[in-house]
Formats: sequence, structure tokens, C-alpha cells
Amino acid sequence: MSISTLLAALLALTSVAYIAGRRRAVVGSASAPIRTFHSLPGYYGGYVALWCLLPALALLAIWVVVEPIVLRAAVIDSLPPELAELPEDRFGLFLADVRNLVDGNLVFGAPDPAVQAAAERYAEVRKTSRHLLLGSLLVVGVASLVFALRRVQPAMRARIKVEKAIEYLLIGASLVAILTTIGIFLSVLFEALRFFRLVSPIDFLFGLEWSPQTAIREDQVGSSGAFGAVPLFVGTLLISGIAMLVAVPVGLMSAIYLSEYAGPRMRSWAKPLLELLAGIPTVVYGYFAALWVGPALRRLGDALGLEVASESALGAGLVMGIMIIPFVSSLSDDVINAVPQSLRDGSYGLGATKSETIRQVVLPAALPGIVGAVLLAVSRAIGETMIVVMAAGLAANLSLNPLEAVTTVTVQIVTLLVGDQEFDSAKTLAAFALGLVLFLVTLALNVVALRVVRKYREQYE
Amino acid sequence: MRMFRQATAEAMQPATTPRQTTAREPAPSAAPTYRTVGDHRAANPIITARDVNVYYGDKHAIQHVNLDIGLNEVIALIGPSGCGKSTFLRCLNRMNDTIESARVTGEIKLYDEDIYSKQMDVVMLRARVGMVFQKPNPFPKSIYDNVAYGPRIHGLARDRTELDEIVQKSLERAGLWNEVKDRLEEPGTGLSGGQQQRLCIARTIAVSPEVILMDEPCSALDPIATARIEDLIDELRQNYAIVIVTHSMQQAARVSQRTAYFHLGRLIEVGKTEEIFTNPRHKLTEDYITGRFG
Ligand SMILES: Nc1ncnc2c1ncn2[C@@H]1O[C@H](COP(=O)(O)OP(=O)(O)OP(=O)(O)O)[C@@H](O)[C@H]1O
Ligand SMILES: [Mg+2]
Repeated sequence: MSISTLLAALLALTSVAYIAGRRRAVVGSASAPIRTFHSLPGYYGGYVALWCLLPALALLAIWVVVEPIVLRAAVIDSLPPELAELPEDRFGLFLADVRNLVDGNLVFGAPDPAVQAAAERYAEVRKTSRHLLLGSLLVVGVASLVFALRRVQPAMRARIKVEKAIEYLLIGASLVAILTTIGIFLSVLFEALRFFRLVSPIDFLFGLEWSPQTAIREDQVGSSGAFGAVPLFVGTLLISGIAMLVAVPVGLMSAIYLSEYAGPRMRSWAKPLLELLAGIPTVVYGYFAALWVGPALRRLGDALGLEVASESALGAGLVMGIMIIPFVSSLSDDVINAVPQSLRDGSYGLGATKSETIRQVVLPAALPGIVGAVLLAVSRAIGETMIVVMAAGLAANLSLNPLEAVTTVTVQIVTLLVGDQEFDSAKTLAAFALGLVLFLVTLALNVVALRVVRKYREQYE
Repeated sequence: MRMFRQATAEAMQPATTPRQTTAREPAPSAAPTYRTVGDHRAANPIITARDVNVYYGDKHAIQHVNLDIGLNEVIALIGPSGCGKSTFLRCLNRMNDTIESARVTGEIKLYDEDIYSKQMDVVMLRARVGMVFQKPNPFPKSIYDNVAYGPRIHGLARDRTELDEIVQKSLERAGLWNEVKDRLEEPGTGLSGGQQQRLCIARTIAVSPEVILMDEPCSALDPIATARIEDLIDELRQNYAIVIVTHSMQQAARVSQRTAYFHLGRLIEVGKTEEIFTNPRHKLTEDYITGRFG
């Protein structure tokens, strides 16, 4: 009996609870006719259903956590001593074999008799456990159903209780997102702190050389393990800068066109189309950059007598800029639309033309919001990975020349963690330090941008 | 922008011949189905509107209106909400061009130029026929820049001293100079509502228009600020023609020389203000001003 079957049974019981609760309120009784009830019948149904569901669900959750521990203990008990005293990781493998056998998954070779025996024991204990679980779920569910049903009285304010329960549900949902963010931040922070025990933060933040290959053997050459992240920061800034040079003018101008010039029909198809750009997977942009833009730039460079690396900051930046256009245009379009029509009317009423009105009234009024939009786009550019991995190269050159290959923080994080790695060398830990920097920078940008945008909104509300 | 082109295209036909109608447009009924009571002419007309119709899509919002706007007089447009006062007002400097669905027919002349003709430059028109809106709408710029906005875009000042002069004179005439002369660089949005509205008036007169259109300029103001603006309107009358839309009978009676009463898109009655208020000739006018209606 799998957990999902149990869950389905529980849900069935819950629907019964809902119907029963609702019915009790609809029918009422001689002493309590329906209109004396505080809330609508549906709320009583919801109330009983929640009472039926939640305790049983809690029981199920506890069971899911406890059961493996019990099973493991049971298997160990039944094993001959030489197996029971296996080291931890070997025992884990053994247990996995047992589980595979029980669940009928493919097992290599003929099963070991010890495994066979353990599997039987495992299956047996699990069966009992599941029967017990089913029994207790039913008892808890039905008991709480009956308990709740008896509380369906006219004076019981079911609506308030159900609304409260919904509120908790919503709080829970948002807590998931918030706690995850905090959790990610903390884990990155702790790993980064481990890195800073190996490499000093000063060297990391201000060092000019990045070559994270550490020697595995003492006698290896060329693996100095330098962790100066400045080349990465510079590369990131260079590429993001190029991207913003593309995205800000193009995005802003298309936002102006869409909000001020385009008729409603044009707007209704042009805007979604532009936003579609944001929906293209970044990998696609990546090979667009690597396969077409890079070689095209190289050929152009040859024609002009310039040395262009086939993987250049320029190519990656251009494509990234295109990717970011919809961010800038969509957000700017919103802030431009939020500029009150009365300001435009005031300007037109003085005899200003459309472009004068836009340049001198609409844009200045929308400026704080546009700055916010641009900052959000910058943080997006800094965090972008795929395009740069594919188009900007891996060479950690400290260079401001957009025609050379550079590398970025995100690219290095990827390369440091791809492949088989020990997770306690300075090399892999460096990825977390880089991640921390990235996290802090984008966080700061987002906070500033959101504040700017919000402040601007308030101004006109 | 589209409306702009549409309006110009329409204006390309000779203004005197009836305009062609396509199948989709509601055919303007050739003859008015009603007669305006009273004399729509002014002694010294600047703007003459003849058989003006405005449509919003299929809605006939202004019907066959004839009205003159005369020099040195304030004319009040009154009438129940939705009767088309703002719509008519906005015809006079072609602010309806900014509304996608609006379409204007008929003839409106500023002196003897048809303002809907192809030769008419809306930029020049709006410099000559200025507008003050219901809600004060100062630009999010400094007080100085608010007033200097019009003169700058029309190139009215040769240098900074001249611009300073225009700004000061306009603020003085709007009765705001003494209150703001020490804080010209502060944002116009930081002023009180009444000050903002006077700033908007200063902004409008800075381009020396010939006609000023005011759409309920005092509806967002308290009685004291209202009284100041009414005084101001009375002063401005010496040099301009003023059209004011108002919901306040008392205000119409206080500031205007002529009054026009609109009802459901029609100009019902027009005449000298004291006559309209003491001795209305049309039943609808009488009902409205005695408060039995609206
Ligand atoms: N942009 C528009 N699109 C469609 N119909 C409009 C538009 N503006 C006004 N109308 C309609 O035209 C009619 C006249 O409107 P208008 O704003 O001129 O009335 P008003 O007399 O100024 O009213 P109020 O005293 O409430 O300001 C109304 O029925 C209104 O619904
Ligand atoms: Mg109005």
C-alpha cells in the first residue's frame, strides 16, 4: 500500500466530511432551523473537512518521517552481526539494494542470500507498518470528523474559523518561499566562510589573478591556485555594460513607442511579441551568440583589420542586451503609462508637440521609475549565465577590451562545480564565495531598484 | 496620433461645404432638430463656432452648437454633468485630437481662420488658445520651469533675462509671485492645491494666449483659493477672452458676462448672465438654475 493510495483514501474521507458538515447545516434541526446558523452551509462543510483532514495529515507526515528509521532498525536487528557492523556508507548501499529488491527494481546479478533475507524482513515490517498507518488514519480521521460534526451548531462561527485556516494556508505558502531564500543564503554563506578560512577575503576581492586549479599532487606544475576575483568582476561588468548599452536605448525607445505612439491595435500585438523575447530560453540565446554573432563579429573584425576573438565580450554582451530589452521596455512602459494623462494634457494644452511632451514632461516624470527598471535589468544581466558560458569564453583575462575573451562570475561558478569535485577543496568552495558576492550585489540592486520604483508610484497615487 | 491625422484629413475638405460621410459614420442630421434660445453672437468675437458636432464613436456628444466667444468677456458654460461642456471646450483648441474616438464636424474660426483646416498648426493654435484644467496639473519641475515651459517651446524669449521677465510677469498676473518669489527653484508639485492652480494659470498666460479655456478650475479648491482665482479671472478679462466651465451657479453669476446652458449635448440657451439668472427663457434652463434639476 503506497503513501499515495493512503492519501487518496484520506481525501475521500475529507469529501465525505465536507458533505456531511454542509448537510448538517443545510438541514438544521427542529431546535436549530437553517437561518439560525451563523455562516453559510459551505463554511460548515469546510470546517468539518479541515478537522477531518489536518490531524490525519499530520499523522501521515510524522509516519513518513519515522517509518524509514523503524524499518532500518528492524533490518539491522535481523541481520547477522558481520553485516550489521558494516561501515555507514557500505551499509547505505546494502540498504539500497534491499529496497530495490523489495520494490522490484532491477538488481544486478543474482541477489545475495543476505540481501534476500533482509528484503523479506523489510517487506514484512513495512506491510505491518502500512496496515497500522491505515488503521490509525481512519481512527483519527473519523474521530475528528465526528468531533467536528457535533460542533456544527448555529452559534459556532464556522466562517471565521475557515477564513482563518485559509489565512494560515497562505502564510504557509509564502513562508516556503521566504524560508527557501533564507536557507539558500545561509548555505552559501557558510560554504563561503569555509572558503575564506583557506583564502583571505582581501586576496579574493582584490587579487588580480584567477586560476583556481589547485595542485592535487605535490609535484604538479602550473597549478598555483590563485583566487583573485577581480578579472571576473571586470569581465562581468564589461559584459553587463555592453548589454545595458544595447538594452537601455532600444528598450526605452520601444517603450516610448508602445506607450505614446502605438495605437491600441498595434500595442495589443506588439507588446506581447516583445515580451516573448523574455520567454526564449537563455540557452537558445547562447547558441545564437556562439554560432552566429561571434563568427559574424570576427569576420567584421577581419574586414576592418581588428583582432576579434571568436568568443568575445562584445558578442556575449550584444546578445545579452537583446535578451534584456523586454525587461527594460516592459517595466518602462508601465512607468510611462503611470504618468498621469493630465500632465500630458497640460503640455499639449500649452502647444507642445508630442516629442516635446515626451522629452520634457513624460520622461522626466517617469525617470525614477525608469532608473528602477534599468537597475533591475542590470541585476538580471549580472546574474545571467548561459549566454556567457557559451559565448564569452573561459579565459580569465583582466581586460577592458570588448574584443577579447573574458569570463564572468557566473561562468566561473559553473566551471568550478561541473564535473567530479571534492566539495572541500578551495576550488569548489570558491564557487560559493563567488555566489555570495553575486547574491549580495544583485540583492542590493534589487532592493534599491524596488525602492525607487515604489517611491515613484506613491508620488502619483 | 491617429486621431490627429484623421482630424487633419477631415479638415482638408473646404470648411464651408458639408463634410462627406462614410458608411460607418453616423450621418450628421443636416438640420438642427432644436433651436437655441437667445443670441449666440458676441459683440467682439474672437472665436465663432458654427454648427459644431462632436461624436465619440457613435455617440453624438455635441449637437449643432453655434456660439461666439468675445474679447474682454468671460463666458460661463453651465449644465448638468455629462451634457458636453468639457467636450465643447476642448473643441476650441483641438484638445479632442488626443482622444482616439472623437470626431468633430462644423466650423470653428479663430478670427477668420478655420482652426480645423489643414493650414492651422495645432501648436500655434494651442499657444493662442490656452487651457487650464480641472485638477491642477503642474509638471514635476521647478516653479520657474513650469512657467517657462511654454515660452521655451515656443521660443518666446531671446535670453535668460527675457525669460525671467516673462516668468515674473506671469506669476504676478496669476497673483502668485509674492508667495513663490523666494522659492522659484522648488518643485511646483510642492505647492498647495490653490497655489498649484494659480501656477497652472501663470503657465498658461506665460505664452500670452488670446483665449483662455478653463474647465472647472476651482472644483478642487477651497472657498478662499476659489475667491482668489475668481478675482484673477476678472482681471485677466481685460486682455483675454475667457471660457469657463463651472458647476457653481454663484461662480457663473459672479465671474461671467455671458452664460451658455448645455443640456444633453445641445446648447439650450445663451445670453447675458444677469438675464439668464434672473429671467431664464427656456424651461430647462430655469429648472437647472433654480435647482429643480440636476
Ligand atoms: N473620451 C470619451 N469617449 C467617449 N465618450 C466620452 C468621452 N468623453 C466624454 N464622453 C461622453 O460625452 C458626453 C459629454 O461629456 P463631457 O465630459 O463633455 O461632459 P461634461 O459636461 O464636461 O460633464 P462634467 O460636468 O461631468 O464634467 C458624456 O456623455 C460622456 O460620457
Ligand atoms: Mg467636464
